This record gives sequence, structure tokens and C-alpha cells, in this order.
Amino acid sequence: MRFTIAAVLLGFTASAWAADVGEIKVARGVAHLERGTERLPVRVGMPVQQADKLVTGADGTVGVTFSDNSLLSVGPNSVLAIDRYVFDSTTHAGQFDSTLSKGTLAVISGKIVKQSPDAMHVRTPSAIMGVRGTEFIVRVD
Amino acid sequence: MAVLAVAVAIGVALFLMHPGAPNETVVVLPGPDGKTGTVVVQRGDSRQVLDQPYATSRSGQAEVARLSDAEVRENFGATLQGLPARPTAFMLHFTTGTDELTPESKAELQNVLAALKDRPLPDVLVIGHTDTVGDAAGNDRLSAQRAETVKGFLVDIGIPAARIRTAGRGERELLIPTADDVDEPRNRRVEINVR
Repeated sequence: MRFTIAAVLLGFTASAWAADVGEIKVARGVAHLERGTERLPVRVGMPVQQADKLVTGADGTVGVTFSDNSLLSVGPNSVLAIDRYVFDSTTHAGQFDSTLSKGTLAVISGKIVKQSPDAMHVRTPSAIMGVRGTEFIVRVD
Repeated sequence: MAVLAVAVAIGVALFLMHPGAPNETVVVLPGPDGKTGTVVVQRGDSRQVLDQPYATSRSGQAEVARLSDAEVRENFGATLQGLPARPTAFMLHFTTGTDELTPESKAELQNVLAALKDRPLPDVLVIGHTDTVGDAAGNDRLSAQRAETVKGFLVDIGIPAARIRTAGRGERELLIPTADDVDEPRNRRVEINVR
């Protein structure tokens, strides 16, 4: 019963499997999602899971809305790995770590950061960003 | 001499082959409310705190720089345009004991529908509530009916029913806390969360 209520109130997307942590809302140009050995062309409505990698071509852009309302856009010629995504929709506690190995990333942080500053990190080859509730852009050339 | 030249050549080659730290840029943007959050950039032993609008950290530069709004648009426009629409919430109110919208909320409904039409694939959560007039079981049914009625409006404009979840919370989550059997218009509501 508790699960049912939680699912109704918080399982926001139609395909809210536990493993799905977000959904692709914007898909432009050539872009793929790598999941294990699979390589899937992105399309709007596709679920995103922890450990997925988003890879875009020269004209590619992918926008994702996560369970905690974090918003993320992966720009052209980019590689972004979702290293860790945990979100408790009751307490809003969570952890969101990703790595941009090349390209451009735009982020609007969500409930995870609102609840616990420093629970979101973006890594690049030379730096680690701690996010305390904000909108920002990261580029790795 | 020749040995030195070779050594220098090898040194230069090694330097060129080793790209060193890649060229990285981090820019903090002001939010829609004008407030700017904070990003802490840790690069080896160096730590930069970006907490001003357009504050910019670049690899290899100790100073925090500041880009202009135009520079941000020019350099990052395509990426910024890829951000999904921000999650948003609406509230509609009902006349007492019914699933009939108040005149004000009938007008507000048009704003809700317009906002939903702008989204390519919206997720919608509709939660119905009541005030404390009537018994709890009846209010559970009424709150669920209010949510279903609003869902019907959304389906009518073409939003797939499978993208809309509804719930009725009865009188459990009063927006304005009251005693039992109090007619409180602000509690007779449906919350619509869209993303």
C-alpha cells in the first residue's frame, strides 16, 4: 500500500520503473545513448538510467529531465556519463554525479541540491564541480 | 651539440604530445528569478568559488573571469536551447461540494492548457483536494473526481491519458489548516504539476 501511494504521487513518468532516473525531453541531430553494450539512437520519451552515457554528434543536442527535476542539456560533440543518480522522492535526499569527458553541458539543478548542497558533482578531465543550487555551463575542449 | 639538439627536439615533441590539462570553462548563470547559485570548481589544489552572475572559471587561469550575456549565448546557445522546459505547477479551485471550476479557475485553465501545449511530451501529475466540509470518505471520492475532471480537460486538448497521473488526497492535505466542517475555498483545489 505504501508503495502504491508512493508510485501514484511520485512515480511521475508513465514508464516509471525503478531503474529509470530521467527522461529524454529534447533530441536534436545525431545522438546516442550507450547502456552497457547497447547503443540506442535517442528519441524524445526515452528513459535514462544510472550508468548511461550520452554521446552527441556535431549537430546533436539532448535534453533530459530527471526525477528530482534536475534539467540537463548535452550540447554538440559531447560525451556525458551519468555515474551515479540516487533520489529519494520522499526525503529529497540523493546523489547526482556525472562526468563530461568532452563537449558542452548545461545544468539546472533540482531537488537533490535544494535538499543537500554538495550532493551534485560534475567531473571533467581536470576538475570537479560541486553544485550548490544553480544554473551553469561546463565546456571541455 | 647534436645530442643537445636531439634532446631539445625530444623535449619539444614530448611537450607537444602531452596535451596537459584540457581547455575547460565553467560559467554560472543567473536563474529566472535573478538569483545566482554557487558552483565550487576544484582543480588540483586550486579552488574557485563561482557565485556571481556569469562568473567564469577557466583551466590554467587563477583569476575568476566574467563572460557577457552575449558571449554566453554565442558560445553555448545550442546547448542552452537543449534544456527541457522547467517543471511548473498550477492550482485550480472548485465551487463547494462539486467538481465545477470557479469562474477564476476557468480562466486560469486556459493558461494551463497553453503551457502544456508548448511541451513536446509533458508528464502531468494531477492531485485533487477538498475542504473539511462533509465526511472523509466522501471527500476522498470528491477529490479524486476533481482530479479526473481536470485530467479530462487535458486529454481533450490532446495530451495522452497515459502521460497523466491522478490522485485524490481528500481532506488530508489542507492548504489552509482548518477545523472540521469548515468551508474554505482555498482548500477546494487541484494541483497540476507539469514537467
